[in-house]
Amino acid sequence: MAASVKMLIASPLRPYTGADEVELRGATLGELLDDLEARFPGTRFRIVDEQDRIRRHMRFFVNGEPVFDLAQPVSPADEVSMVQALSGG
Amino acid sequence: MAAKGTKLRKTAKKAPKRAAQKASKKATARAPKSKKQLVLVATRKGAWLFHGDAARKTWRSDGPHFLGHVIHHLVLDPRDGRTLLAAASTGHLGPTIFRSTDMGKSWKEATRPPAFKKVENLPEGKKARSVHHTFWLTPAHGNEPNVWYAGTSPQGLFRSEDGGVTWTEFFDLASDPQYRAWLGGEQEGTPDGPSMHSVIVDPRDPAHLYFAMSSGGVHETRDGGRHWKPLVDGMEVVAGFDASNLTFHDPHCVRMSPSNPDRLYQQNHCGIYRLDRPATKWKRIGKAMPKAIGDVGFGIVVHPRDDARAWVLPMDGQTVWPRTSVEGKPAVYGTQDGGKSWMRLDAGLPKGEAWWTVKRQAFAGDNSNPVGLYFGTTSGELWASPSEGRSWDLIARHLPEIYAVETATIG
Repeated sequence: MAASVKMLIASPLRPYTGADEVELRGATLGELLDDLEARFPGTRFRIVDEQDRIRRHMRFFVNGEPVFDLAQPVSPADEVSMVQALSGG
Repeated sequence: MAAKGTKLRKTAKKAPKRAAQKASKKATARAPKSKKQLVLVATRKGAWLFHGDAARKTWRSDGPHFLGHVIHHLVLDPRDGRTLLAAASTGHLGPTIFRSTDMGKSWKEATRPPAFKKVENLPEGKKARSVHHTFWLTPAHGNEPNVWYAGTSPQGLFRSEDGGVTWTEFFDLASDPQYRAWLGGEQEGTPDGPSMHSVIVDPRDPAHLYFAMSSGGVHETRDGGRHWKPLVDGMEVVAGFDASNLTFHDPHCVRMSPSNPDRLYQQNHCGIYRLDRPATKWKRIGKAMPKAIGDVGFGIVVHPRDDARAWVLPMDGQTVWPRTSVEGKPAVYGTQDGGKSWMRLDAGLPKGEAWWTVKRQAFAGDNSNPVGLYFGTTSGELWASPSEGRSWDLIARHLPEIYAVETATIG
């Protein structure tokens, strides 16, 4: 079983998670989001579209570096952050 | 506030008085008793419910619901009088549908919102479509409880058979080469994106449906969605373009007459039209509008009990398409003879310097007698007329940009 990784949750999704940080299981960013969906149904589609593209105004950072690929490997020591990009008024 | 009294100004060919009186009698005869009126307002920053008394004189605001969410459409299921669906997105998050069965006290999210199928092995340079937002919600036939249709941006048609909890694509337009071509690209769409709208169910036959696409024209199925065909004959396109190419057709809003399902009205990018089935050629009835006003607009409302009566809200369609009230003087225009003549209905509306835009979903009518009309502006004003447009009052102002207005009667 994959080890757990902490992910900082963007504020628009905190009504789903009830917390600003959650521990998720997975070896890639995509697997973390699958676990997020399993625990908090509805979250994944609001972050990733049906073609598995990260939505335009959602961003991920692993250890401070921007990540755009769901296949990005992650490990328990990584700091994974989900943030919302600015999108107008 | 609104001026009192009635003001009807004839601006086109004179409507035959006897026909109008007959229409009025016919409309009154079958009118239901007035119940409490609900006006559902979807805005760029949330949703509001306005509860009116039986006389539709005083209104109580309930909102905001989903503050900060873009609510594209908010509809109460007339079949059960209790299920509300809200098509939502935000500036950041993907689209979803919320559902309430207690008049908005609590909401549950769809477990499978409208989404296109995942496309594998796409050719180089091609981008698979994803639903940006659900634009339109339509409860299905009365004999199909819990069935709903949804139109999306970009254009997609979805169906739910469990009251909006899960959605599946009903017509895979992108897999049909002809329809895929007609969908065009993002540049062929509206400023808010290409959209599927005006999903209409024939009350006599649940397998007989219409939808419209901006762009992409009006389409019909008579076999429950197995086969679709265009219904654009007679509809004009912008000068210089080929009307035989459906990509250039931009129906803004299509409505079926509730009292005569064979009669359709349409407000198009290029005029106001009527179609009486089984004919297949639209007639441009907007030609009878005053030349200085034109027949461009977005929404259209049809009388619930009289198929000869309809209302439009003209917008400035000159040159660069301001899409504001013509000369800053907003007015509704009504017909009582199927579009042969139109009357200006502006009593109570500002007499000038009101540069409003009213979107295609933001103009609605109720089932009362006389019919109540409602519209919301992009500047956040909600206007109502309990007298079929003869006088107007402001229900609310300072709301966010209004995207859609719907009505419902509740017991």
